[in-house]
Amino acid sequence: MNRTTIDLWVGIFVTLGIAAVIFLALKVGNLSTSFNSEQTYTITANFDNIGGLKARAPVRSAGVVVGRVTSVQFDTKQYVAVVTMNIDERYPFSKDTSAAILTSGLLGEQYIGLKTGGDEDNLKNGDRLTITQSAVVLEDLIGRFLFSSAEKSASQPAASNPPAATATE
Amino acid sequence: MLDQIAAGFRLVGRKVINGIWRLGFITRFLFAILMYSGTSFRRFGLTIREIYFAGVLSLIIILISGLFVGMVLGLQGYDTLQRYGSSDALGVLVALSLTRELGPVIAALLFASRAGSAMTAEIGLMKTTEQLAAMEMMAVNPIARVVAPRFWAGVLSMPLLAAMFSAMGVLGGYLVGVRLIGVDDGAFWSQMQSAVDFRFDIVNGIIKSVVFGIAITLISVFEGYDAPPTAEGVSGATTRTVVTSSLVILALDFVLTAFMFKGI
Repeated sequence: MNRTTIDLWVGIFVTLGIAAVIFLALKVGNLSTSFNSEQTYTITANFDNIGGLKARAPVRSAGVVVGRVTSVQFDTKQYVAVVTMNIDERYPFSKDTSAAILTSGLLGEQYIGLKTGGDEDNLKNGDRLTITQSAVVLEDLIGRFLFSSAEKSASQPAASNPPAATATE
Repeated sequence: MLDQIAAGFRLVGRKVINGIWRLGFITRFLFAILMYSGTSFRRFGLTIREIYFAGVLSLIIILISGLFVGMVLGLQGYDTLQRYGSSDALGVLVALSLTRELGPVIAALLFASRAGSAMTAEIGLMKTTEQLAAMEMMAVNPIARVVAPRFWAGVLSMPLLAAMFSAMGVLGGYLVGVRLIGVDDGAFWSQMQSAVDFRFDIVNGIIKSVVFGIAITLISVFEGYDAPPTAEGVSGATTRTVVTSSLVILALDFVLTAFMFKGI
């Protein structure tokens, strides 16, 4: 079988195609930071409010991505959100680790932030985090601010000393 | 008046029956291609030749279009994101748009126009000049010899072209966003890498392009094989290939996106 120019061109074409896939995998998608199911352990956490957290959101500790959220479900017995996440096996966390739903920047994505505690035992596959902090909902914050400022202005007499009144409150 | 209404109903009925007939024929045609595909792999030279015509000759249009689409995404994305002070997220916007949607879809539309129409015209002309009939006379199966290698060439070329389109688009977005406008280089790549998931975004885009490849090449070879053996028939079949393929790509894209990204 003789080699032809067409073979050369098709070879170049296939090489370029494979190079493009590798570029997408490593440079765009960064395959190295995605976690295999065998190299991770699964933990769950209950939250009163998850805000806009979605599956595949990152789980970070000290700003480093240590895992991903795999699913968000609703517990019909306790009426809370149950978030399941896969954590890379390279990163062990103590049993009393706390989880909070945070936002990167003002308009950024929501992620789970883990803060490790002082327990000597580490989390194992299937464990549940007990110390959790729900997402900060902007509407709740604004509502609370409006409510407190209305309360403040109602309780302050017009001629009284404002700093003293604020201090006693 | 009644005659005109009746003629209208007859016309609609004929179109519907013709559509169902063609759908049945195209299904049987697909099975025939799969059945006679052995020749395409045993004599892989035939398929290599078709990969050259379908894939290699489409490279230039795919690479240049990918680069320009990425550059436009970079410009438009920056214009919108900088209003919210999130211009660092430009890499995420460019990469996700390209790998999930624009890469597979625009590459498929270009492939249908460039390679699909050529396949239809080639097979249609072979039919018009009775080359397919002559093959049958010589006991050579035209589906095994002519249609199947073109089909597999299209199916194999499409994902490679879509990947190249996306990669060039990301480079185009980088050139405009980072080099021209001045978005931070590190933020561009790092935000992109933390947001784009290989299995979820890139592999799903590749799966889409494989499905588009099957649809486009099946429509192209079918229209050529089914073309009336006249100059007008071949030109009509070529036009039908581009129109039908484009509509099928967009419809399939919606269905596949609904399946793949419904959890978002």
